Amino acid sequence: MRQETAQRKWTWAGINAVVLIYAFIPVIWIISLSLKDAGTLNDGKFLPTSPTGDSYSQIFSNDDFLRSLVNSIGICLISTFVALVFGTMAAYAIARLDFPGKRTIVAVSLLISMFPQIALVTPLFKIETTLGLFDTWLGLIIPYVTFALPLAIYTLSAFFREIPWELEKAAKMDGATPYQAFRQVITPLAMPGVFTTAILVFIACWNDFLFAISLTSTNASRTVPAAMSYFTGATTFEKPTGPIAAAAVVITIPIVIFVLLFQRRIVAGLTSGAVKG
Amino acid sequence: MAEIVLENVVKRYPDGALAVDNFNLTIRDGEFIILVGPSGCGKSTTLNMVAGLEDITDGRLLIDGQVVNDKAPKDRDIAMVFQSYALYPHMTVGENMGFPLKLAGVDKATIDKKVKEAAEMLELTQHLDRRPANLSGGQRQRVAMGRAIVRSPKAFLMDEPLSNLDAKLRVQMRTQVSRIQKALGTTTIYVTHDQTEAMTLGDRVVVMRGGLIQQVGSPQELYDHPVNLFVAGFIGSPSMNFLPGKIKGDTVTSPLGEAKLPERALKAIQAAGGGGDVILGIRPEHFEDASIVKDKPGGTFSTAIDLVESMGSDVFAYFTLRAEEAHSKDLEDLAADTGYDLHGDGISVTSRLDAASRVREGQELTLWYDTSKMQVFDAKSGQNLVAKPTDEDSPEEPPSPAMSGQRDEGEA
Repeated sequence: MRQETAQRKWTWAGINAVVLIYAFIPVIWIISLSLKDAGTLNDGKFLPTSPTGDSYSQIFSNDDFLRSLVNSIGICLISTFVALVFGTMAAYAIARLDFPGKRTIVAVSLLISMFPQIALVTPLFKIETTLGLFDTWLGLIIPYVTFALPLAIYTLSAFFREIPWELEKAAKMDGATPYQAFRQVITPLAMPGVFTTAILVFIACWNDFLFAISLTSTNASRTVPAAMSYFTGATTFEKPTGPIAAAAVVITIPIVIFVLLFQRRIVAGLTSGAVKG
Repeated sequence: MAEIVLENVVKRYPDGALAVDNFNLTIRDGEFIILVGPSGCGKSTTLNMVAGLEDITDGRLLIDGQVVNDKAPKDRDIAMVFQSYALYPHMTVGENMGFPLKLAGVDKATIDKKVKEAAEMLELTQHLDRRPANLSGGQRQRVAMGRAIVRSPKAFLMDEPLSNLDAKLRVQMRTQVSRIQKALGTTTIYVTHDQTEAMTLGDRVVVMRGGLIQQVGSPQELYDHPVNLFVAGFIGSPSMNFLPGKIKGDTVTSPLGEAKLPERALKAIQAAGGGGDVILGIRPEHFEDASIVKDKPGGTFSTAIDLVESMGSDVFAYFTLRAEEAHSKDLEDLAADTGYDLHGDGISVTSRLDAASRVREGQELTLWYDTSKMQVFDAKSGQNLVAKPTDEDSPEEPPSPAMSGQRDEGEA
């Protein structure tokens, strides 16, 4: 073990700083753009000289944007919930049981999530218009769940595998019915996995642009990424950079809060001390 | 507290592997019975069948006179202590111990009382609010036992509970387990692969191998009258020495020379129609330095001592006899199971001598051995020709190597 010399500490601090700067420059740039007034937008300066909340008041007085926020929150929460419910059950079966076709199911579900989404846009468009799902919440929830479920199953089955099988045996011996064992012993231990999966699925749905743009046409179901692309500036030739930047900041905040809230729940080693060896 | 009876219990896995065959045992109320044997012998499978965690393929299991083959584990009123403790990591010690009572719908006041009683018995009172992650191995094991105790079940089932503890702790916990069982008087079935635990803890010991019961009896009985080669070599540490021999008339010829067979042994051998090729079994303590022995009937021989270990109270003298080793399937299996499969030149013999012996390494020493304590095994079948099982649960016909050869798979 090499010693923690001051020089090594400084080197690593320097490298950390470089990485952090590299990651945060775009973020700071967007925030600064959102705070600039129309005149200084293209002045090429990194920080705004006269910060103003104009862009923000603009987007919040835009009904379409507000409606799209509601759409995003609703659609993403429902997709996450559905993916978690089905994913948990499927992952438990995959982690614990051995049934014919298990490998095939896992392989196929991974294949689905790796399939290029752009190739599915046109067929999905046709299917949804035929079924009347086009431009509805359900029309987005179904594709989102389809792509999120394999991810959920994969993550959750890894967590379930970590829970020692013997805990369920012990619960059985202690007098628990299978449901009681699941609710009182397994679920609390699977919580970190559930929250991790929830975060991953929510972010995947929240950030999706492709399906949002292709499968919606009005603000009945248009989500925020798509709505942002429809922002108009003062004239048809002017790009509304300010409002777009403001919208970007606004839609990032919920995700940041979501992750900060739930990161404490993702505690590794929750099952330490349960079994020996 | 209840009597547990296993009648012709068989466990066969779907792929055909026979884990337990024809298991017959009557466990009396309050008895501490031990299932011991090498890995894969079927002892854990048997325990799981009694618990209800594994289905019984054939035969009957009765607890307190009732057939419970199809009863769920929770309806059998038995508690289990696992090798790996299986404590609920998200609950405190108190909650862990109270969990079975909570599931049974017992009121909080009673739960608190019972948990306190069990905690006092196990010296866990100051740890009741801690999580398993913050406890030592021995403390976790005590919590696992506490969880079993609070239910006041009909029987305790313990699956190698001390295997994961270090040697010193194991000795401590062993006495605690024994004390608790005596205090509570609950019928206990205890599985272990450690013959020391078997000898020290059990009222009766069941030696298993390859899914079959080899012998049932008290520890002393198993030690003094092992029914076949396997039991003889498995029980006792250091283990019994095996030497090939030939019986002619009333003498037995072996690498130790010729010796007259004691009266009782002679009668038993003749009754068994035996003679010819045999394997002699002599325990280390039945050797002695000939200069110390005063005129006791037995045989003597001279040999060069390879290695001397002085323990203070005894002296272990190791020597090699220039002869062919005794060959038997049982002995080979024993060697494989216990790991003693180093084959040197000749037969390595361990002897335990009185500390008064002034033996030194390399010295040529005359040793005496007690022929009345010698065990004589048939070379082919491995059966002990001079000892017959006395316990009613021991199989009438001790299993021969051919039968015990059916190995099960996939079971600890």
